[in-house]
Amino acid sequence: MNRKYIPLATTIAVFLALFLIGGAMYRNFLSTLVLGNILADNSFIIIAAIGATFVILSGGIDLSIGSMIGFVGVSMAVLDRMGWHPLASAALMLCFGILFGAAQGWIIDFCAIQPFIVTLAGLFLLRGACFMVTVDSVPIRHDFVQFYASLKVHLPGRGVLRSSALVMLASLAVAVVIAHFTRFGSNVYAVGGDRESARLMGVDIRRTTVSVYALGGFYSALAGVVYALYTSSGYPLAGSTLELSAIAAVVLGGTLLSGGVGMVVGTLFGGMILGLISTLIIFNGSLNSAWILISSGVLLFAFIVLHRFLVSSIGLRETQ
Amino acid sequence: MSPETPGQARVEMRAIRKVFPGVRALDDVDLRIFPGEVHALLGENGAGKSTLIKILTGALLRDGGEILLDGRPVDVRSTKEAQGLGISTVFQEVNLIPSMSVTQNLTLGKTGGRFGMISWRRARAEAQAKLSRLGVKIDIDQSLGSYSVAMQQLVAIARALDDETRVLVLDEPTASLDADETAALFGIIRDLKAKGIAIVFITHFLDQVYEISDRISVLRNGLLVGTGPTSEISRQQLIAMMLGRELGEVESAYAAHRKTGEGAEVLTARGLGRRRTLKPFDLTLRAGEAVGLAGLLGSGRTEVAKLLFGAIRSDSGVLSLEAGPVRHASPRRSIVAGMAFCPEDRKAEGLIGELSIRENIVMSMQAKGGWLRKIPRADQERIADEMIRALAIATPDAEKPVSQLSGGNQQKVVLARALASRPRIMLLDEPTRGIDVGAHAEIILLIRRLCDQGLALLVASSELDEVVAASDRVAVMRDREMIGEIASGAVTRDNIIRMIAGKDDGRG
Ligand SMILES: Nc1ncnc2c1ncn2[C@@H]1O[C@H](COP(=O)(O)OP(=O)(O)OP(=O)(O)O)[C@@H](O)[C@H]1O
Ligand SMILES: [Mg+2]
Repeated sequence: MNRKYIPLATTIAVFLALFLIGGAMYRNFLSTLVLGNILADNSFIIIAAIGATFVILSGGIDLSIGSMIGFVGVSMAVLDRMGWHPLASAALMLCFGILFGAAQGWIIDFCAIQPFIVTLAGLFLLRGACFMVTVDSVPIRHDFVQFYASLKVHLPGRGVLRSSALVMLASLAVAVVIAHFTRFGSNVYAVGGDRESARLMGVDIRRTTVSVYALGGFYSALAGVVYALYTSSGYPLAGSTLELSAIAAVVLGGTLLSGGVGMVVGTLFGGMILGLISTLIIFNGSLNSAWILISSGVLLFAFIVLHRFLVSSIGLRETQ
Repeated sequence: MSPETPGQARVEMRAIRKVFPGVRALDDVDLRIFPGEVHALLGENGAGKSTLIKILTGALLRDGGEILLDGRPVDVRSTKEAQGLGISTVFQEVNLIPSMSVTQNLTLGKTGGRFGMISWRRARAEAQAKLSRLGVKIDIDQSLGSYSVAMQQLVAIARALDDETRVLVLDEPTASLDADETAALFGIIRDLKAKGIAIVFITHFLDQVYEISDRISVLRNGLLVGTGPTSEISRQQLIAMMLGRELGEVESAYAAHRKTGEGAEVLTARGLGRRRTLKPFDLTLRAGEAVGLAGLLGSGRTEVAKLLFGAIRSDSGVLSLEAGPVRHASPRRSIVAGMAFCPEDRKAEGLIGELSIRENIVMSMQAKGGWLRKIPRADQERIADEMIRALAIATPDAEKPVSQLSGGNQQKVVLARALASRPRIMLLDEPTRGIDVGAHAEIILLIRRLCDQGLALLVASSELDEVVAASDRVAVMRDREMIGEIASGAVTRDNIIRMIAGKDDGRG
């Protein structure tokens, strides 16, 4: 097997192991029902994490994800109150996400400022904008929301794939194609692997950087849309610290934070691992939600140590 | 080749000027390259060769002058534009992306059908074809970083060759290649030449200049010293043009006397090895003695040095230093125990580009003394200045960031850093890669002098002449195995070649 698949294989193995542990501990755990629910409940995190994967692969970081989700939610809710169709407001917000991301990317490249700082500013800016739009939780009442919630595809067994999960899987498929079968995808890996070399090899750094943040913006806006439709409301604090969960999902998925190494599919499993942990703890019943965070933290740490070990023992090269 | 090449120049560079802070890197340099010629661009480290070709290939913007391609003025502003014009380049440092696969490195920015989609089947076929032109057979799906520097260099060359190429620029392409690969590359260069491609070839190997080039241009301190047909410039003239003085009789000095193994044993490896990397080997280093490490590309030279230094862990055997067996070798412990290591891949492992020359030089002394005991600034400056002088590093001062030095001068900083820590055991991997003729001789002389002062030395090199010149004994590697040792007295080029070829397995 090619060495580059080892981190991905590890991630999938961890996911399967957790799933089997759940199955051994609780009846009814090993079912498509649980799987379908995990997919639906975590679809917005995974969508956001897919966008973050591109940004991280390019050697950057996007901290504005959570605020973007909140901003998209309140905007859609307010537009709903003004009589907009949710699909129309979703389209508008996706365009906004792309433009906002592109602007962040342009500032990062043109002014040569660290992405951490630029997107941190983006985080504050968008969160502030949420409160400008509304300070309350605003419901989305349009009939489309019901329709959206009722859409589902049956899986073998009792499970279903809800519309959120379907949107997520579709956007994952698109992301896989972009990452592995387009020039742009290769350029992202190249820029993250070695910027200066990529420049000398003829990669347009500015275009790639702007596009990658635009793509990140698109995915976080899409995550916001899915979240708003899933909760059928907009709330100005929605999505706080979600960027960190998204980054955790990316890292658990085997992508290196230093850029250039990783796979988009891994992020799906990374996100599902986070989902599995909370499901396991909820199944337990006696443990409170603090344990979700604690065990996520422990697992993240263990995984990164494992990853480091793999990197050094099999000589899987980091980006230097 | 007629001395006065007639016709239209493929590339004409007129009065090219480039100024970096504190350095006039190029001063009104003219260069004409004709179709179907191999034009050797020569000069000392820091003369401005790489800068000139970076301007031609769009990696740097010029401050003055003009460039004509087939008689038409062009304004190359990026390497992408240069590629579009048919100007392909292999830059001095391997400028590829180690984390990506070989296929991706060969095709990045070049393939792509409609809508920017990539067909990997096509890309792989293309990659395979490019490599087979150079006679390279490797797994193209593995990451580039898993291959040796030399292999990466070959991949970079393969990348630069394609059908649209009209001008091919090679900046020290052979610095880490061994004889066979260089021969293969020259075969290709001759083919390309026959096809009418204009080739610029930068190197510090004068033999190669006479072997392959038709015309020579020499730069010194950013000025063009002269241009002429290779057949009309003698070796002495050439060296004088490059250095601005005659090269003394250094070359004969270093082959003068060889030691016999009498010094104290300072390092012994018994059955040291690592699965899948290196078969177990025995090796002894003695004070005052230089041991050469010869072998073809990929034979495990670098790995031996890294294993001894603890940069990679062994999984069998024992390594003992004077103080006794080493349990968990690590670079830090090795440094504290008086070892120094100069890696071959300075870009990835050797230097920190953003730090100044001074900071890079004192780095390993700092590590040895412990991070808390800071070396006084005045001492740092004294040591750095001393090293800059001793190794003739071309720089205005010690505070210049290392990334802004020319390639050869960076290599000198790697050496300076190792020397500054006053080690008792020194491991050098390709110590003179990319170093000019003048400095080359001086560095080997320096190595010999260090040995006389009681240093134990291991010199791994792909250049047989260098191994012969620098070492008292030679250990020979083949296929990741140490196949034998040539004792002092029998160290000759022929003996080494014979052992590598497998015709002589006995002790020399
Ligand atoms: N980015 C930069 N900033 C400042 N100075 C630079 C920069 N790049 C090169 N220089 C300086 O320009 C001069 C010429 O460097 P160049 O790399 O062209 O030398 P070279 O002839 O290729 O030498 P070598 O044989 O060592 O590769 C050197 O003095 C170097 O320090
Ligand atoms: Mg150079």
